[in-house]
Formats: sequence, C-alpha cells, structure tokens
Amino acid sequence: MLTRFLTDYTRYVLKGGTKYYAWMGILGLLMVAMVYVFWLQNTDGLIVTGMTSQIHDGLYFANLVFLVGVAAGAVTIVFPAYVYHHEGMHKVTVLGEMLAVSAVIMVIMFVLAHMGRPDRLWHLIPVIGIYNFPGPMLGWDVLVLNIYLILNLICGFYYLYTKYAGVEVNRKFFMPLVYISIVWALSIHTVTAFLIATLPARPMWFHSVMPIRFITTAFAAGPAMIILVFLIIRKNTKFWVDDSAIRLLATIVTWCLGIAIFLTLSEVVIELYARTEHANGLYYLMFGLHGLTALVPWFWSSVVLMVGAFVLFLIPSFRNDMSRLPIACVMAFVGIWIEKGMGLIVPGFVPSPIGEVTEYVPTFVEILLTVGIWAFGFFILTILLKGAIGILTGEIRFGASPAVAAK
Amino acid sequence: MTPHVNPPAGSAKGAEPASPVPAASADPSKSVARTTRRDVLKSGGMLSLASLVGTGTLMAASGDAKAAIEWAEHFQKNYRLMTPEEKAESRARLERRYSAEYGKKVTVDTTDAQPGMLMGYALNIRKCIGCRRCVKACVEENNQSRGPRPGERIEWIQVLRMERGEFRKEKMDQGYPEGLGIQVGGNAYTPSGQVLEGQYHYEPKAVPEKDATYMPIACMQCEKPPCVKVCPVRTTYREGDGPVVIDYNWCIGCRMCMGACPYWARRLNMTNPVLPKQDMNPVTHYLGNRPRMRGVVEKCHWCLQRTRHGRYPACVEVCPVGARKFGNLLDPESEVSLVLARKNVFRLKAEANTFPKFFYFYD
Repeated sequence: MLTRFLTDYTRYVLKGGTKYYAWMGILGLLMVAMVYVFWLQNTDGLIVTGMTSQIHDGLYFANLVFLVGVAAGAVTIVFPAYVYHHEGMHKVTVLGEMLAVSAVIMVIMFVLAHMGRPDRLWHLIPVIGIYNFPGPMLGWDVLVLNIYLILNLICGFYYLYTKYAGVEVNRKFFMPLVYISIVWALSIHTVTAFLIATLPARPMWFHSVMPIRFITTAFAAGPAMIILVFLIIRKNTKFWVDDSAIRLLATIVTWCLGIAIFLTLSEVVIELYARTEHANGLYYLMFGLHGLTALVPWFWSSVVLMVGAFVLFLIPSFRNDMSRLPIACVMAFVGIWIEKGMGLIVPGFVPSPIGEVTEYVPTFVEILLTVGIWAFGFFILTILLKGAIGILTGEIRFGASPAVAAK
Repeated sequence: MTPHVNPPAGSAKGAEPASPVPAASADPSKSVARTTRRDVLKSGGMLSLASLVGTGTLMAASGDAKAAIEWAEHFQKNYRLMTPEEKAESRARLERRYSAEYGKKVTVDTTDAQPGMLMGYALNIRKCIGCRRCVKACVEENNQSRGPRPGERIEWIQVLRMERGEFRKEKMDQGYPEGLGIQVGGNAYTPSGQVLEGQYHYEPKAVPEKDATYMPIACMQCEKPPCVKVCPVRTTYREGDGPVVIDYNWCIGCRMCMGACPYWARRLNMTNPVLPKQDMNPVTHYLGNRPRMRGVVEKCHWCLQRTRHGRYPACVEVCPVGARKFGNLLDPESEVSLVLARKNVFRLKAEANTFPKFFYFYD
C-alpha cells in the first residue's frame, strides 16, 4: 500500500504539461548555477561574497531569517482550520504544511550557504560531533527547525496518505501532532529572533520587541505568499480554493502588517528620540551615517511597500477583488523581505562594535546562490503542491489509474 | 560607549596564593570526565571513522601526502575530547603537513594550561604613542593572512586613533533649535574625549600626533566570554589559564561568535590564508598561532606558544614605550597584579558584564 502510494505519487508529479516542464526546467537551470557558485564559494572561500569581517552576515542570513518566517506563516492556515474549524481553510491545510516543509528546506540550504565550513556540518550532530546545548541560541534554532520540519512532514503526508487510501484519519494520533505543530510554528520564529536579539554587542537587535516583530512580519509575509500560491492553484489546476479561505488570510495579513508597522514606528521613535550611539544602526539605515547611504533606498522602499500594502488591504473593493489582491500581496511580501534583510540584518553590523562604518554590497555570486536556493525551494514546493493537489482532487487514489495533471 | 571606570574585580593583593591544582570547574577539559556514556558512544563512532581515515590514507598514500593528512584531519575529534595519544597523533600529523607546506621544520606545541596561572594583561593608555609596532609584531608572530585583497588581511590588534578635538568659540551660537534658546550646543557631535569611533587606518608622518590619543584594542580574554556561550559546537572555549581559544579544526564558520563579541576581536578567514613560506613563524601552538584554514574564525590568544613557556606575548615584547604589561593575576608580585593594586584601571565596556582580563590604566 505504502509503495503503491509512493509510486503513484511519483508518477503523478513527473507528468505535466508544457508549462509545468518549462517552469521546472527554468528552476533546474538556476539550481545548476546554484551548485556551481556553491562549489566556488567552498574552494575560494567567502571572499567571493560581499561579506567582510565587519559585516559577516549578509544575504544568506537575511533570507534564512525571512524564510523561517514564511515557514511559521503556515500556521495561519492550520490554526483557523483546526481551532476555529474554518471550512475553507480545512480543505487546504495540507497545502500550508507543504509550504512550511519547502520553506524549512530552503532555510537549511541557506544555513549551508552561510557557513564558512559546510563540510564540517557533522560537528553539530550529537554523538559523532558536539551539539552544544542549551547554551547557544543556534543550537535551539537547529532543534526547533528540524522538529518543525518533521512535524509538518508527518502531518502533511499522513493526511495525504489517508486521503489516498480512503481511510479515516486516526484523530488520537493526528490531532495532538497538529496542536503541537501550531505552537511549534510560533517557537521557530521566536527562537530565530532570540538568535540575534540576545547579542548585546549589536545594539540594533538587542531589544525585546524583536520576537513579536518577527512573528507579526512572518504572519504577514507567510499568508501573503500563500494567497499568491492559492490564486495560482485556482487558475492552473482543477483544485478550487474557497474565497472564504483567501479572505481570512487577507484579514490576517492586514492586521499583522498593521502591527508590524506600528512596532517599527515605536522603535523609530524610541531610538531616535534619545539618539544614543546605540541608535546609530537605525540612523544609518534610515538616513545614512558618515556619508554612507547604501541602505537608505532599501529602507524607504520597504516602508512604502509595507504601508502601501496595508492601505490597499484596508480598501474592501481592493482586497475582495481576486484579480487585484495579488498586487497588495506581492507588495507586502517584498516589503517584508527587504525589511528582514537589508533593513535588519545588515544594519545590525553598522557601525561595528568599535564604531567603524562600512558598507555591504552583495556580489553576483551571492545573488546567484540566493536565487538558486529560492529556485530549489520553488522546485520542491511545486512538486509537493502538485502531489498534494492530485490527492485532494482524487486524481491520485488507491486503485485509480494515474491521471495526467492539468498543470 | 564611553569606557566606564571600574575598580578591579578583586584586588590582586587579596587573592589567594597560587594553589598547586587549578580550580577544576574553571578548566573546561576537566568536564570531559563526566560524560562517560557519550564518550563510549563517541569512541564507537570514532572507530568507524578511524577505519575510514585509514582507507583514505591508504588510497592517497601513493600520491599526495598532504591530501591524505587533510583527509585524516577532517575526521579528528574536538581537541578537548582527544586522548593524549590522539593529541600526539594530531600534532604529528600537523607538523608533517606544515613542514612540507612551508619548507621548514614546524613545531606544533600542545602544552596545557599550567597550574596556578591565570593570565592577565594591562595597557597604559597614557603611554601608547600609536606606532602600531604591536600590530605588525602580532601579525608576524601569529601567522595571520597578509594578502593584498581586503579579505586576506587579518590583524588582531587595532590601535584606535582618537581625536582630541576642541571646543570652539565660533561654534557657540551654531546649535539648535534657534530662537527659543539653544538646547543642543554647537560643540556637540564633535570629537573630544574618548569615544569608540576611532580610526585604525591612519598614516601620519610621525607618531604620536599632537591632536590624537591612541587606544589599542584586541581580544579582551573575558572571564565571561559571550563568544563562548553562542558557539554551537564548543569549538571556542576558555582555557584553564584564562585565554579564550579556538580549535581551528572544529570551527564550522557560523560566525555567531563574531556577532556576539562586543570588542570586534574576531576575524573570519574569508579565503585560503596568504602566508608566504619565508615569513611563516615555525614555532606554533595547536590552540594558538598554527596556520589556519579557509572559513574558520581566529583571534588573539595571548601568544600561547610563548606565554605557556614563560615568555611575554609578542606585542608586550615589541612595545617601545612599555605601555603593555602581562603576567599572572594569581601572583601578587607580577607586573599586572602590581598595576591592578596601585593604578587606576578600567575595563572596556564594563556594562557588557564580560569581565575582561585585559585592563586599561594610566599613570
């Protein structure tokens, strides 16, 4: 039965239309580029990136932090579905779990890209290496992310398997896992916030609003992406995502975005009112410092995108129009991506603890590796979503002949 | 970020006389004895790894000895968990590789922390003339990378040049807001007095400059090091005699320690270090100045290859004005203890609660 499930599943995801193969082909090409630049980075070293000993976390770390948020964002589907028994959401829960799985895999890829010695990753594995626990936040982050990945894999694929086999879900086994995964989603982004907020050497990060800011931006960026994915699914497959699910997600995005903007404003007021040396990072981000202004356009474009998206979400005729909603979703997603990367990680290093102001410009290698990892993530996401949709629509079913996908 | 003036944590005169056995809890290597079950599991894992290593060595023996040694290095344990035999083996392996690579007899010292020793450092900022001989001596002694590209240049000491600044009469009326009485004076935001915004790349015709003071910084060898706390693989740790060291072969290059350090003391080897054969210092220590590899973090370790054998660190030895003092904090007659007992001293960024064993003082 299980082997039949696997073969049917594989056969289904391998088949598709021209559009499907073109999409996967482009992603595959980017992945080849990714492998090449990863090899380059691990023979020449991180000197091929724009990182320095002053600004030693860049694009990779920023994407890592952002994608943890996207992964956590899946809970905005699971929570209404299982706690509030929202009909429309319940139908698509498994799609959210698939998104979480792909996002965590991307996070792991970005960890590998970030490391100076990925060949020594085994040093982290307990028993054969040393897993320093519970001191370092990074140890906690590795723990919660891996468990979140496993939880979502189990929840998602167990549900799909029961659908495939046409049997009832064993609620005694399934529901506890679902509830744990809801709490766990919060934990992954909280711990990731702790990862940087527990460093007093970096005053820009060293404040307690960091975890809640992470959560709110995650619960805006995550569902914004999910809405986009849902609209694409509606357009390209036989699977229909209810309007009610999309509307609820839009509401979640709106208010998390609103709170995120409020928290950013609070930070700006508190930091710039006193304007101690500890505010230099934020000042550099907003206006530049000592004539260096590389991040200023990034910050203000992020502000415009986030506030603009918030206003658009508040307009009923806009948010209820499924053809215009994606505009606001893309704005929110991109705005938060900038806010997490160029707006949070990089200025944390400017000025350095001894007051040195330097700038960071990602190199082509770095950008290509980042794009490659995103392509890899979308590759996995496409496969997972296609398989899940095939099962949800009944095209993959025990005993049924494998059908050709519409996509 | 103005340095806070703090009394020394414990007057050196009041310190206990050196006991023959160092405090067990302070020495991380002592904690190994507790994890017996894990050790058994580990040794099991290492056995299989050892066979892998053996195979690798055999495979490469005919060709490249260097590759074989590097292959074996890949599978070695964290330095602190090695048995004395494994340490000797690792040392021999490194000596072979370095000697071949640099074309001279290279020694890799593995001397442990000596009982009754707690290293301490004191720097007289009144005396420093900003000549940066310490920076140069440090690079030469400790085999830092010295290539032409920015990522290939590593210096562990920064001498921060602080402008003396001045309060100017013509700026008196230039503050803001205007009209209702100036609240921020025109002489605000101008350098005067020490703030941590110094320049360390300065090229004057002669030192000391009239309009500057100097503040050398390096790793503070904290008693409560934040870098050690954040390391996910325990590759960086506090040695029993005080310095915070790194097992370069165990570092995964995650750079959490660099983010945690309030003194910007840590550097990443952005690429394969550039170390010319003729300039390589062949007297090395395993946890100290042995040549590093790409992708790992390094920092000052108070010249373990020297100080574990009763010598001064290179920066202390080279300082032309005697601004740098080094010694045993447990010995009340050592220079550093005498400084702590008699001078006004402060720790840099004392508010970070890192308790550096690097003190600043002035006459």
